[in-house]
Amino acid sequence: MHELAVTQSVLDIALRHAGEQNARRITDLYLVLGQWSSIVDDSVQFYWDIISAGTIAQGATLHFRRVPAELVCLDCGQVYQPTGEELICPQCAGTRLRLRQGDELQLEAIDIE
Amino acid sequence: MPQHIPVVENILSANDRLALENQAELDAAGVFAVNIMASPGAGKTSLIEHTVRGLAGKLRLGMINGDVATSLDADRAQAAGAVAIQINTGGDCHLDAVMVHSALLKLNLTEFDLLIIENVGNLICPASFKLGTHKSVLVASIPEGDDKPYKYPGMYRGVDAVVINKIDLLPYVPFRMDYFKQGIAALNPGVTQFELSCRTGEGLPAWLAWIQNQVQDYRNTRS
Ligand SMILES: Nc1nc2c(ncn2[C@@H]2O[C@H](COP(=O)(O)OP(=O)(O)O)[C@@H](O)[C@H]2O)c(=O)[nH]1
Ligand SMILES: [Mg+2]
Ligand SMILES: [Zn+2]
Repeated sequence: MHELAVTQSVLDIALRHAGEQNARRITDLYLVLGQWSSIVDDSVQFYWDIISAGTIAQGATLHFRRVPAELVCLDCGQVYQPTGEELICPQCAGTRLRLRQGDELQLEAIDIE
Repeated sequence: MPQHIPVVENILSANDRLALENQAELDAAGVFAVNIMASPGAGKTSLIEHTVRGLAGKLRLGMINGDVATSLDADRAQAAGAVAIQINTGGDCHLDAVMVHSALLKLNLTEFDLLIIENVGNLICPASFKLGTHKSVLVASIPEGDDKPYKYPGMYRGVDAVVINKIDLLPYVPFRMDYFKQGIAALNPGVTQFELSCRTGEGLPAWLAWIQNQVQDYRNTRS
């Protein structure tokens, strides 16, 4: 739902890094999105096509790497990937959990010319 | 020649940095700030009205209200006795640090002990945008259903307290409190919780005491 703000930030960060390298063009962007980051790839792509127009990043390809959510049970240490409404440790039925990965919202790298 | 440039930046890092600046401004004036988040209709404004009335004469209270288009909520807080600033987000689903920053400029912060920020009604987006507040509170309500922690883990994970509002409706609405609380415990073990009703006033004293304690703790750590 806040993909516009996210896409704008992606563009800002990419343009800043490209500017530091005196790039003429940004051709590819590599994004890391956690499963629990609640960001929809298609919406980012939709906004990207609009807001990148007229910049050196126009037409660049967005690559999305999805990171699955991974929970650690604070009672027994079991690590598991929740599927749907499953907030109970599959090993000990413990209910105190910590998210170990899956909330990433990162620009990992860009390709420039 | 094509070149691969490692970036590794959090996409919302600019917002995070400005949030830190907001907090520094609040700290310079000694104002403790709370971000109140919830779905639309959960009772954020009702809770704020009770808080303003309940703390009248004890704490000087300011309020920032985020709303897509209207100033109705800010008007309600003002009527209850707070100094309220309205931010219209113009359709945005959340407040961000930039909007809060411009609202802070309109307030004379030295006039306040406690600043309450009512976020836009939404259970997804506000969790990603830090504002610079010292604590964040989620207001859940009985009619929303007991599955919300499971559906919106991001929101439940990051808050310092969960207020379960509208407990007056428990006799009329199917709501498994155990199941609901199990979801909260899983995502945010040990988080402070309040069960209350803004309708009947039941449970409000514990909430008011908590807020006052938070302000007191904040002052103690600073002096
Ligand atoms: N039954 C009941 N209704 C409530 C309670 N708290 C708020 N409401 C009602 O819920 C509606 C939405 O409340 P409001 O404070 O505007 O929610 P907000 O959108 O989160 O700011 C209003 O009609 C309130 O009167 C409560 O504890 N019990
Ligand atoms: Mg409201
Ligand atoms: Zn376990």
